[in-house]
Amino acid sequence: MKAQIYILLFGALLLASACELDNFQEPDAFFTGHIVYQGEPIPVARNQVWFELWQPGFGLSAPIDVAIAQDGSYSSRLFSGQYQLAFLPGEGPFRAPTDTIFLDLNGDEIMELEVTPYYMIRTPQFSHSGGTVSASCSLDQIITGDEAREVERVTLIINRTQFVDANSGGEGSLAQSNAADISDLSRISLSVDIPEDAKKPDQGYYFARIGVKIAGVEDMIYTQVEKVSL
Amino acid sequence: MKKHLFSISFILLFITSCTKDDALFLDRPPSSILTQEQVFSDPSVALSVLADLYNRYEDFARLDDWATVARFNIAFWSEAGRYPEFQNGGWGFGAWGIWDYGYIREINLFLERCEAATELTDAVKSRFLAEARFLRASYYFELVKRMGGVPLILEAQEYDFSGDASYLQQPRETEAAIYDFVISEAEAIKDLLPADAGSKSRATKGAALAMESRAALYAASIAKYGQNTPQVSLPGNEVGIPASRADEYYTTALNAAQSIINGDAGAYGLYNKKPDLSENFEALFYDKANNPEAIFVEDYQVGGGKVHYFTGWNQPRFGAEEEEGGRINPSLQFVQSFELLDGTYAPLPNQEGGSPIYYDNIDDIFEGRDARLAATVILPGSSFKSKPVDIWAGVVLEDGSIVTGDSRGQEKTLPGASQQVQVVGFDGPIDGLEFTAQSGFYIRKYQDPTVGSGRRGTQSDVWFIRYRYAEVLLNAAEAAFELGQADLAADYLNQVRARAGITTALTGADVDFDRIYHERYVELAFEGLHFFDLKRWRLAHIILDGNPISESEVTQDIGVATKRETQPYSIWPYKYHNPGDPNDGKWLYKILRLSRVTGADRFQLGNYYSEISQNVLNNNPRLVRNPNQ
Repeated sequence: MKAQIYILLFGALLLASACELDNFQEPDAFFTGHIVYQGEPIPVARNQVWFELWQPGFGLSAPIDVAIAQDGSYSSRLFSGQYQLAFLPGEGPFRAPTDTIFLDLNGDEIMELEVTPYYMIRTPQFSHSGGTVSASCSLDQIITGDEAREVERVTLIINRTQFVDANSGGEGSLAQSNAADISDLSRISLSVDIPEDAKKPDQGYYFARIGVKIAGVEDMIYTQVEKVSL
Repeated sequence: MKKHLFSISFILLFITSCTKDDALFLDRPPSSILTQEQVFSDPSVALSVLADLYNRYEDFARLDDWATVARFNIAFWSEAGRYPEFQNGGWGFGAWGIWDYGYIREINLFLERCEAATELTDAVKSRFLAEARFLRASYYFELVKRMGGVPLILEAQEYDFSGDASYLQQPRETEAAIYDFVISEAEAIKDLLPADAGSKSRATKGAALAMESRAALYAASIAKYGQNTPQVSLPGNEVGIPASRADEYYTTALNAAQSIINGDAGAYGLYNKKPDLSENFEALFYDKANNPEAIFVEDYQVGGGKVHYFTGWNQPRFGAEEEEGGRINPSLQFVQSFELLDGTYAPLPNQEGGSPIYYDNIDDIFEGRDARLAATVILPGSSFKSKPVDIWAGVVLEDGSIVTGDSRGQEKTLPGASQQVQVVGFDGPIDGLEFTAQSGFYIRKYQDPTVGSGRRGTQSDVWFIRYRYAEVLLNAAEAAFELGQADLAADYLNQVRARAGITTALTGADVDFDRIYHERYVELAFEGLHFFDLKRWRLAHIILDGNPISESEVTQDIGVATKRETQPYSIWPYKYHNPGDPNDGKWLYKILRLSRVTGADRFQLGNYYSEISQNVLNNNPRLVRNPNQ
């Protein structure tokens, strides 16, 4: 009887004490926000545009890559501390701030990162009729003058899931089609046929968005994903 | 007392027995380890150390790893476990990265020890040293192609155990500096190496010059075409070569190539031993006896302990020597890019105005093309090891419907018949069935026609040619073209094209960038060179842009350098069945994209130079990261 009590007591002590020593503090700060132009988030392709966070003061220095989500938002779970935020040169369909941004994280932080895109896609409209998804939009050139860049193509992309982009193969694109005529950037119309695939179940909706490829810029700028009901 | 006596004598035994024999018994030379002096006093032992260094030569394409020769959608991979390669969207930034400074250190050690050796004759020593320098330059060349400028370590570094290793950390050189090193090493060793065209697997003057010409050409095109992608550069020029140096490099490339062409390095020339041009081009790769074309090779020997299974992996499945084969299936785009014999481009004519074209024989559709086509690709209707292949996808009925099977050589009863007949070839193609010719083709280049080469127990000893004379000609042609000597370029191109049976010679006015691109594409396919062509011309992100290829697009723009290559397409032969119709029993062809090809490859700007791993960066903070990663 006595022995049992001791065992129980010992076990309880072990449980209560053992963990304290090797327990690390968990990351305590959420660093979230959007990349924006004049307050409007800039949608991009999933996992293809990112910026880097560097935390100086530790032995080895490696960047923390923060990927930007489809809707232009980002989120990173970090330890409180001092960070430096930098965009890689040429990253994203926009001109990013070239200066390093210094961050002093202390608990959750929301930050809207202001960038200047080459173009903005305005008034996107999506519709469906007879197995074809149609869309229209206009492009607003933001960067003009010496650094202006041409539009290479405008693409309408559809997918069965809400992940839609032109460059991640079947994961992001069920079908896509380029605008035939982009001479008038104020009025661009596109359409893409929904491919038939007997192996996949019917579904009454598709997700669509428009992407713009700018000449000499790797990443495309998109509209927000739109659910198109059939 | 008796007890004590025993103890004393035992102790005595202990004390005496060991002391006397100590030196003789315990101090023996090890029989399994050779000392440095022993190694470097005997030329044949030193050579075996060098042989180990040769064996670790880095190749982008290797015959003992079949997939490496057929990357970037030049072929479909007919192996179930490899389909995901055609379902994803591209490559990680770390892909193709190498960083083996252990190898460089061992070459440096060899150089230092061989230099210090006193027992070797001067002639032997100077050749060994030159060979090791060739290997070191080759590895730096491989590094700079994949990683950009890297630290240039030319001595075996030693750690002094002081606790501070920072003096060992070297920064990256500029990309140009590494190319300059490769070129200057080649210049320095070319006359120390034998000018012997008969020596293929050891470094020769020809090998040094061929390396020099290739390296200078790559550097030149990065200088020239790197301007198209200003994002792919670093401020310290660790990546990127100033455009002003292009002409200088092109001149170096042309001069080095011309040294070989003029015969300075020995009797090299195009392989032209067989009257049948296709057979000739095929034999170029497996004929190891007096082959004037091969300059530097990775050699194998059946029975000698060094073999590869390339033929086993890729032999036609029907009649294969093992229950496998057929893995590399060259794409429709690749096959149709071979010119007609008059030097014009044409898609494979499979339909006219929407209705199919019927052919009497299954291989008629490929008639009148560049002889290299039949030598590089196993076409339907051709044979391998004298066994005909059986590639046809099914039977087309009068109403256009298709009868086919889902296993090789399946039999079914056709409408209106009473007996079962075969409705699909024993080599397929069957969509999704591995080892069948899913694109409609198998690879022929580098397949070994010897009996037993496709058996696991025997395997093949066809060599892998790292440098060959035709590439030197094409290097010279490209360099001449870029230097404004179009007539000279046409002359070099025509030598290669004449061997392929193309009857119309090019003139200087015909030579443009697309011609140079095309000739390298078809001549040097499956040799591990196409990828670096795409990189140095900064074309990779254009033709691998992540967009799927539509069926109407696939037959357009043949021979244009910027033609999309994101997905492999197939073309399948069918037999027409319509008794009483004049076309009954004839063949027609259908173009399709396999159901397993769902992704479209995208080459990102960050893929141009492979990522230096974080581990390496941690160990050496002086290294800068590659662009766009």
